[in-house]
Amino acid sequence: MNQTESQPKDLLLKPNRAVGIVGYGAYVPQYRLPAAEVARIWTDGQAALPIKEKSVPGLDEDVATMSIEAARNAMKRARIPADQLRAIWVGSESHPYAVKPTSTIVAEAIGAAPHIQAGDWEFACKAGTEAMVAAIAFVGSGMANFAMAIGMDTAQGRPGDALEYTAGAGGAAFVFGPAETSLAIVEHTYSFVTDTPDFFRRQYQKYPEHAQRFTGDPAYFKHITNAAQTLLEASGTRPSDYRYAVFHQPNLKFPQKVAAQLGFTKEQIAPGLLVGNIGNTYAGAAIIGLTAILDIAEPGDRILVVSFGSGAGSDAFSILTTDAIRERRDLAPKTKDYIARRMPIDYAQYVRQRGKLTIK
Amino acid sequence: MEIPRHWRIRKQRYGLVGEVCPHCEAKLFPPRDVCPECGKDAREPYHFSGRGEVFSFTTIYEPPAGFEEYAPYTVALVKLEEGPIVTAQLTDVNSKDIKIGMPVEMVTRKIRTDGDERGMIVYGYKFRPVLQEA
Repeated sequence: MNQTESQPKDLLLKPNRAVGIVGYGAYVPQYRLPAAEVARIWTDGQAALPIKEKSVPGLDEDVATMSIEAARNAMKRARIPADQLRAIWVGSESHPYAVKPTSTIVAEAIGAAPHIQAGDWEFACKAGTEAMVAAIAFVGSGMANFAMAIGMDTAQGRPGDALEYTAGAGGAAFVFGPAETSLAIVEHTYSFVTDTPDFFRRQYQKYPEHAQRFTGDPAYFKHITNAAQTLLEASGTRPSDYRYAVFHQPNLKFPQKVAAQLGFTKEQIAPGLLVGNIGNTYAGAAIIGLTAILDIAEPGDRILVVSFGSGAGSDAFSILTTDAIRERRDLAPKTKDYIARRMPIDYAQYVRQRGKLTIK
Repeated sequence: MEIPRHWRIRKQRYGLVGEVCPHCEAKLFPPRDVCPECGKDAREPYHFSGRGEVFSFTTIYEPPAGFEEYAPYTVALVKLEEGPIVTAQLTDVNSKDIKIGMPVEMVTRKIRTDGDERGMIVYGYKFRPVLQEA
């Protein structure tokens, strides 16, 4: 059964009042592990490399510290007092604590506490966009004027596993508010979710398990394709109506393939395709691509964003930039500034920084 | 376990929040409620910009207990643009690249873990070289 065609056209999620992105901010740590280093250690340099290099957090970085910097960048662009935020939600699969919210640390650090909702979200790589949809609804319902959603990860990969080449670190923060104050209006969103165990990490396990090729067709491609096609059909838009598109980017191959299948050109996805230089930032992967696009977009550009989280599901967003994009984007560091800040490390340094050395 | 001590100073640690003297406008860090410049009451919170420059520095190879996993690291006296000098770690920088007068900016990072891996994570300010435009 084709699930897209069998469902009514009123599947789009639209808030009661128009909502937009008021501020956005990215963060990428400065360390880079070339994929060739992983291949040197585990395959005698013989493996095909899925990316050029991935970002690696420093010894003193985690999802809380990285979220704080992205949140500060988003607040610089939002130009609102921190106490105007009524929610900070952090989506990640690498929260520093098993029990204790990351979001309260972020809220306190940017001065948004205590009159605030705070919580951590978990849905593999779409935890960030899940928080974004909730923040849009929180503002759209009128319960809050401003809400922040963050997707950030310091992704884990088992030494020698295929994921070790790509499991990176980084993400983005977004402040949502009334559309009339925004730099980009959220036209609508749509989410597509099924129970598909393509990738998971059990309690107390350090590294995730994945089902090899099963993560492709029944997982990544099925969910992204359904989410994107439903949003396009239900909103009456075509790929040519979008100036840019960004899809979850676990490697270079998947997002390019799904973009072509859906009818998007290489030019449309190029500005948001960052995985080759920073790796797969998991909950941050699709949305840090969005920040790179917003850094260069012109007013009136329409942007399609489709995340994918294993387990599995996709959130799709149609976003339309406003005139405010021109003046706001220069108020905080650009995503390319973080990508250019690059300190290459070897596998030994990587092993130390990622806590894979046992010293006691 | 020093949880209450860390919790009590979280605002100044996370966000470099000090005080401003309502009488002589002096900016105070750390907050101390009495202005060292004019001796009067100073309790108004003040968010420092986080910008400053390295006043002096030293690299630690034999760290005190609790900081072993980060060694070697550099500790600097950072002169904030608002005036006060604070002691803090530098991060995201090679010790050989650090110079007196180098512009730095505040970031919030992990400082240490309280006790072993079961303990709370202590976050606080550090300084890094100012992020450059690409």
